[in-house]
Amino acid sequence: MLEIKDLHAKVGDKEILKGVNLVVKPGEVHAIMGPNGAGKSTLSSVLAGREVFDVTKGEVHFQGKDLLALPAEDRAREGVFMSFQYPVEIPGVNTVNFLKTAVNEHRKYKGLEPLAAGAFLKLMREKQALVEMDAKLMNRSVNEGFSGGEKKKNEIFQMAMLEPKLSILDETDSGLDIDALRIVSQGVNTLKTPETSTIVITHYQRLLDYIVPDVVHVLYDGRIVKTAGRELVAELEEKGYDWIKKELEEH
Amino acid sequence: MSVEKINKDFQDLFVQGKELLYNGVNDLMNEKREIAFNRFIEGGIPDKKNENYKNTDLSKIYERDYNVVLNYHRQDVDLNDVFTCDVPNLDTHLVLTTNGWYYARNHELSGLPDGVIVCSLQEASIKHKDLFEKHYGKYTISDNGVTDLNTAFAQDGYFIYVPENVILEKTIQIVNLMRANADLMSFQRNLIIIGKNSQAKFMVCDHALSSVNFLSNNLTEICAEENAVVDYYQLQSQTLKCSLVDSVFVNQEKNSNVLNHTVTLYGGLIRNNIFTKLSGENAENHTYGMYLTDSVQHVDNYTYIDHASAKCFSKENFKGVLDDKSTVGFTGRIEVRPDSQQTEAYQNNNNLLISDDAKVFTKPQLVIDADDVKCSHGATVGQIDEDALFYLRSRGIGAKEARMMMVFAFTNEIIGKIRIEPIRERVAQLVEKRLRGEDSHCDACKLQCNK
Ligand SMILES: Nc1ncnc2c1ncn2[C@@H]1O[C@H](COP(=O)(O)OP(=O)(O)OP(=O)(O)O)[C@@H](O)[C@H]1O
Ligand SMILES: [Mg+2]
Repeated sequence: MLEIKDLHAKVGDKEILKGVNLVVKPGEVHAIMGPNGAGKSTLSSVLAGREVFDVTKGEVHFQGKDLLALPAEDRAREGVFMSFQYPVEIPGVNTVNFLKTAVNEHRKYKGLEPLAAGAFLKLMREKQALVEMDAKLMNRSVNEGFSGGEKKKNEIFQMAMLEPKLSILDETDSGLDIDALRIVSQGVNTLKTPETSTIVITHYQRLLDYIVPDVVHVLYDGRIVKTAGRELVAELEEKGYDWIKKELEEH
Repeated sequence: MSVEKINKDFQDLFVQGKELLYNGVNDLMNEKREIAFNRFIEGGIPDKKNENYKNTDLSKIYERDYNVVLNYHRQDVDLNDVFTCDVPNLDTHLVLTTNGWYYARNHELSGLPDGVIVCSLQEASIKHKDLFEKHYGKYTISDNGVTDLNTAFAQDGYFIYVPENVILEKTIQIVNLMRANADLMSFQRNLIIIGKNSQAKFMVCDHALSSVNFLSNNLTEICAEENAVVDYYQLQSQTLKCSLVDSVFVNQEKNSNVLNHTVTLYGGLIRNNIFTKLSGENAENHTYGMYLTDSVQHVDNYTYIDHASAKCFSKENFKGVLDDKSTVGFTGRIEVRPDSQQTEAYQNNNNLLISDDAKVFTKPQLVIDADDVKCSHGATVGQIDEDALFYLRSRGIGAKEARMMMVFAFTNEIIGKIRIEPIRERVAQLVEKRLRGEDSHCDACKLQCNK
């Protein structure tokens, strides 16, 4: 599904990713944890195609294709979805219009006709129900004035609408209350198929209790410094990151 | 060519054309003509030395040689057949003007409530002399040559009167058509009077049907009497060869409510002067505008809101999208007079630059002489929000489309102020087409001279 080889990226003169290696197979769920400022969001942004980050070295293949050669919109159309850690408010852009355009641009890429109005509404209702998204929010501008939790829900709702192959969820749990966390996680799990993969970025075990990872990585200072099974989550929750930093210094 | 030469040309025109100029209208109009002309001769066309014309060099457009036609010229086609309005679901009373004159073959308006008058200004000056004399030239301010130039040379235009206690359901649509074989300068003068407790809506469209150079000097006086409600929408959609110097003077009496909404879709040089005087207490004014510019277009909006009475409310918002090498000016003058307590006045001007070469000059001018005043103003010049753009693209929306959505979103706020749904929808469509670079200003015209 996804193969990242020795990925380096910088913004301005500042190197943030310093050689990331990661392989995600179809159907797998990977968790990426790590201290603040380690480069987790940068990694997801680079994968999603954010141009402010310069890739200085390395390769990324997505389903065999050179992902880095594609503009952001084509990556999305190929099936990469990133749930933003900080979703952007876009005043004046109506949510329904935005979704309709996004869905139809995906369809066009696949050579399909635009969805008829009725079919689109049906799809929207179905996906809204999945994450218990308040229908009233649909009439507003994208994310405008949404609460922190509503914004995160909206991310997963969009993911449900677009049915990506690879979802990168950047701290989707932050801002969600306990019930919303459960609902959203269940939504993510319902959407999961043996062909789709997920990368979950989080600081906390509680999300990973719902979305259970197959592999857990620790990203530290622009590199993946530890990779283990799901038992690592509990260990990090208990001990923090200091012991990993110490391990690194010893080597 | 110098400003002196331009002024000299106007002087010659006035003297040579005197007989025609004075023909067909009432004495008061000609008295005012004489006074205005004498004042114009002293001041002349405002140039860049004039504080209010810093952003627009009028000499550039006035130095061209234009024909001036001082009597009504017949068109060789019926403009009613040539032009049909394509605002769907909107049933209007349609009035055409041609090159500044009330069109002679305008269809009789049927179903107008009793007492409502819609006719040419010339006709009104004679047939409705008392009404005309009570209002003509009463709301203009002659602080620059532009107003006087119009008063000196204007011969015709439209006259609309709605008596007391009448609610005019249908929108009156006025289509100003410019059509000629050679470069032409015109002077149009309009007068709108909305009586006490009455309500009326206007949609004014400026179009050019020929691809010669036009210079229109238009002036409209609007009087909203006590408790009147007036919607005045203007859609300026001309060609790059057109220059339009358009002044609107609004006078508002007690408790009146006026919405003044100007969308500048296209044109070569457009200078809008929008003067509003809140003469009676509790008057409410909304003045909105939007301009979309590209190529070498120049659009300059000058607004002046005069809080001449207490307890009035004014809200002003102008927004524009600038592309290519276009230039834009905005001046927002708000004056609150010493006794105008409990005034609320708000002003905003926001500009979105989508090219590096476009330029905007924006300036608030607040003169506040009362102390119990709520007043705010803000001006921004910005680019498309890159974070938002990336967000849209990350959902599979192509860069170009995403940009379009952002620009359209920016204009939405102003479009949303239109209180008549079919007009709002139609303007939204026109704006979208315009932003997509599809020729929108010629859709409604059967001549299709550009095709
Ligand atoms: N646009 C930018 N310009 C400058 N520095 C940046 C930019 N984006 C990220 N950085 C820096 O890169 C480093 C990594 O940031 P990143 O957001 O990827 O961290 P993170 O691992 O997601 O942290 P957190 O857990 O707090 O979300 C930080 O030091 C951050 O300040
Ligand atoms: Mg982060």
